[in-house]
Parts: sequence; C-alpha cells; structure tokens
Amino acid sequence: MIELENIAYNYGGGELLSEVSLELSPGGFYFLTGPSGAGKTTLIKLCYGALVPTTGQLKMFGQDRRTMERDDIAQARRRIGVVHQDCQFLNHLSVSDNIALPLMVSNRDLLAEAVNLKELTNWVGLASRAQALPPELSGGERQRAALARALIMSPDVVLADEPTGNVDWEMSQRLLRLLVELNRMGKTIMIATHDLGLIRAAKSQVQARVLRISNRRVQLAGADL
Amino acid sequence: MNIDWTKVTEFFAGDTQADKVVPPTGYTAWLTLFSAGAMAFLAVFVLAFSFATGKLAEHWGADLSRSSTIKISAPQDQLDSQTAAVLKVLETTPGVAGARALTDDEQRALLEPWFGPDVPVDALPIPRLIEVIESSAGFDSDGLRLRLSAEAPGATLDDHTRWRQPLIKAANRLRFFGWMSLLLIAASVGAIITLAANAALVANKQVIDVLRLVGARDTYIVHAFVRRFTLRALTGGAVGMLLASFAILLLPTPQAEGGFLTDLGFVGAQWLWPLIVPLLAGCVAFVATRIAATRILRETP
Ligand SMILES: Nc1ncnc2c1ncn2[C@@H]1O[C@H](COP(=O)(O)OP(=O)(O)OP(=O)(O)O)[C@@H](O)[C@H]1O
Ligand SMILES: [Mg+2]
Repeated sequence: MIELENIAYNYGGGELLSEVSLELSPGGFYFLTGPSGAGKTTLIKLCYGALVPTTGQLKMFGQDRRTMERDDIAQARRRIGVVHQDCQFLNHLSVSDNIALPLMVSNRDLLAEAVNLKELTNWVGLASRAQALPPELSGGERQRAALARALIMSPDVVLADEPTGNVDWEMSQRLLRLLVELNRMGKTIMIATHDLGLIRAAKSQVQARVLRISNRRVQLAGADL
Repeated sequence: MNIDWTKVTEFFAGDTQADKVVPPTGYTAWLTLFSAGAMAFLAVFVLAFSFATGKLAEHWGADLSRSSTIKISAPQDQLDSQTAAVLKVLETTPGVAGARALTDDEQRALLEPWFGPDVPVDALPIPRLIEVIESSAGFDSDGLRLRLSAEAPGATLDDHTRWRQPLIKAANRLRFFGWMSLLLIAASVGAIITLAANAALVANKQVIDVLRLVGARDTYIVHAFVRRFTLRALTGGAVGMLLASFAILLLPTPQAEGGFLTDLGFVGAQWLWPLIVPLLAGCVAFVATRIAATRILRETP
C-alpha cells in the first residue's frame, strides 16, 4: 500500500527523520508512537503525500511520490482516509456535509450514497448531531466526525493521527473498537498515539505492530509494550 | 479560439455541491460585487461619452463641406470684369478644385427667405457670389486674400466653416481620452478583482487545505472559486450597467442638433455596447481568480 524506503525528512532545519524504512501492507494494523515532537504527524503526512521526503523513496500504491502529478495525489488520497490531528473541517458546512466532503469533491452521486452516509454517521454515534456545525461539537464528537469522513470513501488505508487525543477512556475504547472492526474488514490501519494504554488495549483485540520513533529512526517496538 | 460550449454551459449551470464548499460570505464578496458594479456604471457612461464625442466630430466634419465663398461687391459696371479676374486668379491657385459664379437664379433662391420670391436681382446692387471648391489639400487662404486684393479689390473670401477644424480635433481627442478611460477602468476592475480574489483565497487557505486533504483535484477547487467570483463580477457588472443605462435613458432628449450633453446616449445597435461591459467584468474576474487560485494551490501539497 504505502512503502517508505530509507527516507529522510527535515523542515529546513536539522534532520527530523532519517533512514526510515517501512511498509504498510494490506490488512496490517500499526501503531506509531514516540514522544511529542518526535515526528509522528510528519511521518503520517509523508504517508499521504502532503510532504515529500528529502531523500529516499516513498511509494503510494506502487507509484513513486516524486513522479506523481497533483491529480495522482488527489486520486491516491481518495484511497487513504486521514484523521488529522486537529480534525480540519469546513466550518460553514454541517457535520453531515463534512463527512460527505470526500464524496462531493470526487463528484460522487450523493443521493446514491445517502444510506451509506447515514449508516456511517450512526455508527460513529453522531446521528443526532448531523446537522450541527463543526465548531459546536465536543472534542470527542469532532474526532468521531473526522473518523467518519476518513471512512466515507471506504478507503484501503486509514491513517489516524491521535484519534483519541481529546476523549475519555471510554470513548477512546469505542473509537478503537471501530478501527479494529475496520481492520477486520481488511483495511490497513495506522494510528499515531502516545497513549500506551490504548496500544495495550488494542493488543488484546488485534495483531498490532508497534513502531516507535526515537532518535530520528523508526523501530519496531518489542514485546515490552 | 475554440470554445467548448458544453463546458461554458456547465460553468454557468454550476454544481451545487461544488458551490457549497466555498464559504458564502465575507467582505471580499461585497468588495467584488461593489467594485464590478461601480466600474460597470462608469464604463457605460464613458462609452456614452465616447459615442457622443464621436457623433459631434462627425457632425461638425460633415458641415465642413470643402467649399468657401468669395463675395464681390463692386459698382455695377465693374462687377463682371472683377468676377472674371477672380475666376482667373482661382484657376491658378493651388488647392482649388473648381470655382463657379452663382447664376442670378441661384442668388435669387438664396435671397428668397429674406425678401420673398420676386426679388429684382438685376435692379439691386447685390454682390456677386463665387463658390470655391477646395481640393483635399486645401488652399492657403491668406495667400489667396492677398492676390484677390491686388486683382479684384471688391472681392472678399469667406471661409467661415474653417474655424471648426480645431473643434473637430478637440472632439477626436476627447474620444481618444474616452477610450483611454475605458482601458483604465478595465484595468482597475482587473486589479480590484484580483485583490479581492487573492484576499478571499488567502482567507480560505484552510478550506483549500481541507479540500486537498480529502482528495479534491486542483481543477475542482479552482473551478469552485472561479465560478463564485465570475458570477459575482457578472452580477455586479450587470447591476452597474443597468443603473447607468437607466440614468442615460432618463437624460433629457436632444433639443437642438449638435447639442453636446443632450446627445449623451446610445442609438440603435450602440445599445449592444453596454451589454459587453458586465461580460468583460466577468472575463476579468475569471482570469484573475484563476491565476490567484492556481498560485495559492501551488503552496498546498
Ligand atoms: N511545518 C513545520 N515547519 C517547521 N517545523 C515543523 C513543522 N511542523 C512540525 N515541525 C516540527 O517538527 C517536529 C515534529 O513535529 P510533529 O508534528 O511531526 O511531531 P509529533 O510527533 O506529531 O508531536 P505530537 O505528539 O506533539 O503531535 C516538531 O519539533 C515540530 O516543531
Ligand atoms: Mg502530532
């Protein structure tokens, strides 16, 4: 799905990530962890093509990021559901429209997808908030809405950046169960988090691989987690 | 230029889904609407002004038939000899295409409005008139006057229509300024709409980021913004154009031929010109927003 081969990245200053090799394979469930500022969000952004690696090769669905046109990237993003760390909604549109946004921009027939949209909104427990505007939502509601938007296109890959950052333990368990359920449907999932409790909880439900960023490298964490 | 009309109709028919993604309000909306309206209003007036000066120049030019008159007032017994002398002088004057003494009948016709049909032309000591037709090069009237005074002391040259020449020049120059003003107005509309579009797009940077994040193509984003701004400029332009056209229609109708202010307006097919104004505003908005949107997208991965 997404392959990183010996990539390095910096924002113009010192190297933030280096010698990162990683492959997100179909049906895999990954956690990405590490201290704040380690580069989790950066790595996620590299994975959906928002950033270009300084060196090394990154492939999205077999295509080299460097040779991809802007339209190719747009096309690839329709196969990747992203839950952004700060959600990113269009504040003038209702929650329901925001969830449907990926359908709108890819010119899908919204009527044909109406049932799907409704089911998904119910599934994340936002049925009663569907007509609210994003700024009116609580932190947890925002994150569920962001997850729903990431899933509406039934993507092959879901990249979730701190999806449980703003929610209590109970809600984070619910979100996790949603993601595990998706993984069982065959989706590739990567969750960036520094919530070790969440990772432990996941391990009892799914075969998860834990990647840890430390010292600019990405390593597979051992059984100590 | 090859225009794909299906794309043009698609553009105006629009896509309500795509329209929704651009936030609806903001001061840039009013800025675009107002500036397009104000500029269209001005443009229509300047157009009318240009047509009026054009008409004026034409009007004066037509009056200025290339003919002058030489009047010979002399005692009855010298009249014929002086007439012959004048005709001879004219024959050798460069710039004169032809000359002819008016017949008694023609002179009587000229006098009729004042003295009635039964003027005894022969009995009255009225001057004889010679009509002089200029060639396109024109003659040197001072030189001709000098020679006439030597050959025929009773002859006077009347080239009264010549005084209008500088006026025609002025009218033509006014018309030129009119077209210049139109150009400047078009440029200002372009500048204002570009600024408004830029401001709107910068303010909506986050919207553009979100759209890219969820997989929108550049064309989708550009199209949504360009459509919004083009329609706004078209609407503003149309309102301005209609107001100006009404204002011009309401001007008093021409009283006398050649009046200047009262001639301000459009005649017949000239009314098509104001219709072009909002279209032009729309085109300017289209191009300006397109450039601005493309530029901002380049900074959005
Ligand atoms: N656009 C940017 N320009 C310059 N530096 C940046 C930019 N974005 C992030 N950084 C820096 O890169 C480093 C890694 O940021 P990143 O957001 O990837 O960390 P993170 O692991 O996601 O942290 P957190 O757990 O707090 O979300 C930080 O030091 C941050 O300040
Ligand atoms: Mg982060």
